Amino acid sequence: MNDVHKEKGTNKSLSLFFKSSFIVSAVIIVISSILLYFTFTFDIVPPILNRGIQPATFPKALLILIIALTLLTYFISLKNPWKNEKKLPNSFYITLLSFVVFITVSKFLDFFLGIALLSIIVSYFWGERRLTYLIMVSIIFPLIVFVFFETILGLRFPPGIITNLYYG
Amino acid sequence: MENLGLIFAPLFSYKLLIVLFFGTIFGLILGVLPGLGPTTGGALILPFTMTLDPLSAIVLLTAIYCAGTYGGAITAILINTPGTPAAAATCLDGYPLAQKGEAGRALGMATVSSVIGGIASVVVLIFFAPLLANLAYEFGQPEYFALAIFGLTMLASIGEGSPIKNLIAGAFGILISTVGKDFMTSIDRFTFGINELTEGIGFIPVVVGLFAISEMLTQSTLINQIFNRVALKAVKLPSIDDYKKTWKTIIRSSGIGSFIGVLPAEGGTVASLIGYAEAKRWSKKPEDFGKGSIEGIAGAEAANNAATGGAMVPTLALGIPGSATTAVILTGLIIHGVRPGPDLFREQPEFLYGIFGSMLIANILFFVLGFFGAKIFARITLVPNKLLWPMIFAVSVCGTYSLNQSIIDVWLMLLFGVIGFFMRRYGFSVVPVIIGLILGELVEGTLRQSLVIFDGNWLMFLQRPIALTFFVLSLIALSFPLIKRKKKNDKV
Repeated sequence: MNDVHKEKGTNKSLSLFFKSSFIVSAVIIVISSILLYFTFTFDIVPPILNRGIQPATFPKALLILIIALTLLTYFISLKNPWKNEKKLPNSFYITLLSFVVFITVSKFLDFFLGIALLSIIVSYFWGERRLTYLIMVSIIFPLIVFVFFETILGLRFPPGIITNLYYG
Repeated sequence: MENLGLIFAPLFSYKLLIVLFFGTIFGLILGVLPGLGPTTGGALILPFTMTLDPLSAIVLLTAIYCAGTYGGAITAILINTPGTPAAAATCLDGYPLAQKGEAGRALGMATVSSVIGGIASVVVLIFFAPLLANLAYEFGQPEYFALAIFGLTMLASIGEGSPIKNLIAGAFGILISTVGKDFMTSIDRFTFGINELTEGIGFIPVVVGLFAISEMLTQSTLINQIFNRVALKAVKLPSIDDYKKTWKTIIRSSGIGSFIGVLPAEGGTVASLIGYAEAKRWSKKPEDFGKGSIEGIAGAEAANNAATGGAMVPTLALGIPGSATTAVILTGLIIHGVRPGPDLFREQPEFLYGIFGSMLIANILFFVLGFFGAKIFARITLVPNKLLWPMIFAVSVCGTYSLNQSIIDVWLMLLFGVIGFFMRRYGFSVVPVIIGLILGELVEGTLRQSLVIFDGNWLMFLQRPIALTFFVLSLIALSFPLIKRKKKNDKV
């Protein structure tokens, strides 16, 4: 009987670590602490040239404020728990993955190829199966945007296999 | 006051009228589409404004702001989904009334009360912005620092959601503004050896990321959502009986909206919720609210549109944005080399009164376009998300890239998109980040310059009466949510 109680108690304390308020607070505090560490690596202005405070002081104060407020939010959440969020569907992860595809393709191959690939992935996995619409959204529309920015705003897009063809 | 005649100048400029017309149409389209809105739309259109002169550029942005705020009501009434957050309160009675077969009446009331609220707020803007600008002549660095702190605390306390989370978001926004070379000493901060970051993080990648890309991720979680549409035959002007029921509500909400708009907060969203709550409190039939009350629609819509002019008051007079969309407009001003503040009122009155006049015309234009074109604009919501969002992505990427022709800006946009998605998921508003980013340089700059003036003595802030007043107001603003919570607990 005692063991059961012990087990229940353990589960309860463990479940605390899986609560969104704990995870979110932990992420904010860890990132803020890393950034706080970096503020100690900023160059220091010699006292004779220093006007007011050091360049690192203001970001340091902000990061300490963020950490303190996050801790406060977490302790408040123990009394008033955050609402439980639904599990994220696959379509979210696919959209996130399409961002990675876009970054990779646009960095190593071509900016517009990246946009076209992202558009086709998102459109397809969000439920579009008609080929005409997929072509419209992934080729025709980005092409219109490209020409518009190129001609009206006089923009020069980064070089790539397709963009180079256009620029000759 | 001698400049009042300049308000009518845009009427005699065919170029401004064309810009206003397209800005209003674009604003209505953005307002109608759930997830988009005047803030995202304004940010996306900013690069295009570089082809325009400064006045036309700002007129375009303000037309989008006014029309976009109204446009949200069309979707709120017809598909029970607010096109913009400011239209959330409109859903409560707009959709039930539409379900009763009175969509035209609901839209008619929304249109009329929006126009009245919008015009009333422009009148407030015309009279109060110059007064506030005159007051700002008394401000030095310490006063501006105290004012910026007051703005941020107000944002935290009366904005949507948890005040502490809003403060964290605001501090995060200020932190973003510290990236790059320190403006006083040229020392690199948070650049991590990336050359492009020495110039700092631009406003556009952050805004487009936090609003457009995070919304795209949100939409990716809702692809199976089905909207129940209510058919619209035609928009009907309110009857005499409806006017009798709502005129007091419209006037009250116009006042509430203009006042809330002036405070740095989420402008229209908070204004519409308070306008709606007050309409219910003063109504002879509060039991009808939530079931299709015409007063509920009038209360929410007059307030959210009244916030547009109100939010422009601190933006133009002090260079402190009153809402996320006015932060975009402020960026537009800065990009075009216009520095808002008291000097602008003295040196370029024709520019300012051109904006005032354009906002008045934009309100009249969206009345006409909304009245005759609501049916067409409502059809835009039929464009499926699976086609719409990839297109918005293409425009977001190109628009973000175009300002500095920097691919790093595009990566940052995506990063802030992901951050924005998780912020919203866990109850952090993204608006304070935007306001914090805009105010960041002002906060740090004025603090450091004040300390130079005060020879490092922090207590000297308290010897400046205006600064001290703002600090006291900030403390009151911060304690306001605690008092509210205590009162609520006492009632329970």
